[in-house]
Amino acid sequence: MTTTELLAPVTDDDGAPFWEYTARGELRVQACANTECGELRFPPRPCCPHCRSFDSEWRRMSGKGRIWSYVFPHPPLLPAYAEMAPYNAIVVELAEAPRIRLVGNLVTEAGAPWNSVDPARLKIGAKVQVVFAQQGEFTVPQWVLER
Amino acid sequence: MAAATLKDATAIVGIGQTPFAKQLPESEKTLACRAILAALDDAGIDPSEVDGFASYTMEETDEVEIAKAIGAGDVTFFSKVGYGGGGSCATLAHLASAVATGQASVGVAWRSRKRGSGKRPWTNTAVQLPTPGQWTRPYGLLRPADEIGMLARRHMHEYGTTRDHLFNVALACRNRANQNPAAQMYERPLTREMYMNARWISEPLCLFDNCLETDGALACVIVSAERARDCRQKPVYLHSVAQGLPAQHHGMVNYWNDDPLTGPAWTAARQLWKQADFGPEDVDVAQIYDAFTPLIPLSLEGYGFCARGEGGAFTEGGALEIGGRLPINTSGGGLSEAYVHGFNLINEGVKQLRGTSTAQVPDAATCLVTAGEGVPTSAVLLRS
Repeated sequence: MTTTELLAPVTDDDGAPFWEYTARGELRVQACANTECGELRFPPRPCCPHCRSFDSEWRRMSGKGRIWSYVFPHPPLLPAYAEMAPYNAIVVELAEAPRIRLVGNLVTEAGAPWNSVDPARLKIGAKVQVVFAQQGEFTVPQWVLER
Repeated sequence: MAAATLKDATAIVGIGQTPFAKQLPESEKTLACRAILAALDDAGIDPSEVDGFASYTMEETDEVEIAKAIGAGDVTFFSKVGYGGGGSCATLAHLASAVATGQASVGVAWRSRKRGSGKRPWTNTAVQLPTPGQWTRPYGLLRPADEIGMLARRHMHEYGTTRDHLFNVALACRNRANQNPAAQMYERPLTREMYMNARWISEPLCLFDNCLETDGALACVIVSAERARDCRQKPVYLHSVAQGLPAQHHGMVNYWNDDPLTGPAWTAARQLWKQADFGPEDVDVAQIYDAFTPLIPLSLEGYGFCARGEGGAFTEGGALEIGGRLPINTSGGGLSEAYVHGFNLINEGVKQLRGTSTAQVPDAATCLVTAGEGVPTSAVLLRS
């Protein structure tokens, strides 16, 4: 699969740490560093919407989750995406924090094409596990079905 | 002291529109001027009297260009609301506030768009925003259809909403378009077989779940209720207006809060009904923003026409057709008349309350018009 033409994440100050951690093979989510609060939040932002603390940390997740929803995009799409279509795009709710949901793709193994999983196997509630793959200069999370 | 209120303080007294087509030769600026001048002519107000403008983002023509082209006078109020189709009704809200408080006396709202002959907005990868685009677009959620398809699938899973429910929405809009000679789909009936066999755009959404691609423009004119009584047309009063940006909302990719299926419609609705003398059960006809069919069940729930999760089932039994529980999108809407970021829904609401719609609801006296659900939104209640 040529991933070079797929869109790279356009990061910002708040989001950059997420991608630094994925480059190390770690899935981390921003959390409030106020010990009396500690709420996870996603997408990352400057301060905590619960206690308004500006102190944050990046908490490591198990990488386990469940499919919350999914679609199969068909053309018209950007060229690199049209080549794989129909592919799947999924929203995963994390096991530790069901309100934290990550968009991604379900694949048979890290780096496999986004259409590698039989569409009939996509089900809301299906248990998935994170893997990591290179997409251009970024390491992005992908998801495989838990065996 | 009585609290200040916008209730029935202002009225829409003029509407105008250009033809709608996949491609029109004239520029957006020209189309905007034509629609605005038509609306002022409809109202019987000279363009030199215009002193207020309101538009919403993705509008390419600014007030300076409009004002000097139509020969407006000194302009003392102008605003531009964010979030594209979510801002359609907010233009009316802003003008109502301005006129009611004396910041302006003749307000014009408009939308001109060449989305039919122009590029699809999502193909411009240069403008993808870092937040939240960095969390969605790399994974192939490229288009609004993909983002709303995700919510639609979840709604189907949680509440048993079906493709037949979405077809009911598409069919009601198409049936009304088949009565409206100005509609792009005027002579194009839709059948269940066509719908069920249509190509996918983002499964579970097919071609007919998506709005049209349109070139065209519309405008309307707002003045005080007092002045409206002297205008050429029967006034259509702005009974209640609202905008809605819910707590912890994330735009069309609203996946990151406790309850992604309660969107901006719920917030706008609470504010809208709080200020109104009547409730959802008293609405004679509704023009509900329909960039995608699933926005209708979501909005029916949000604006209180049915309980949470019942938006799909509500569409059964011809409920959305003329004579049904809630006739919607009686010009054909964005799905079948024209997709002009929801402004045609506003003008159609006015036509219904004037009694001049091509699919007239008998004796319609109240109309809800909504802007885009799934983004920070707005809505108005119109009454005759």
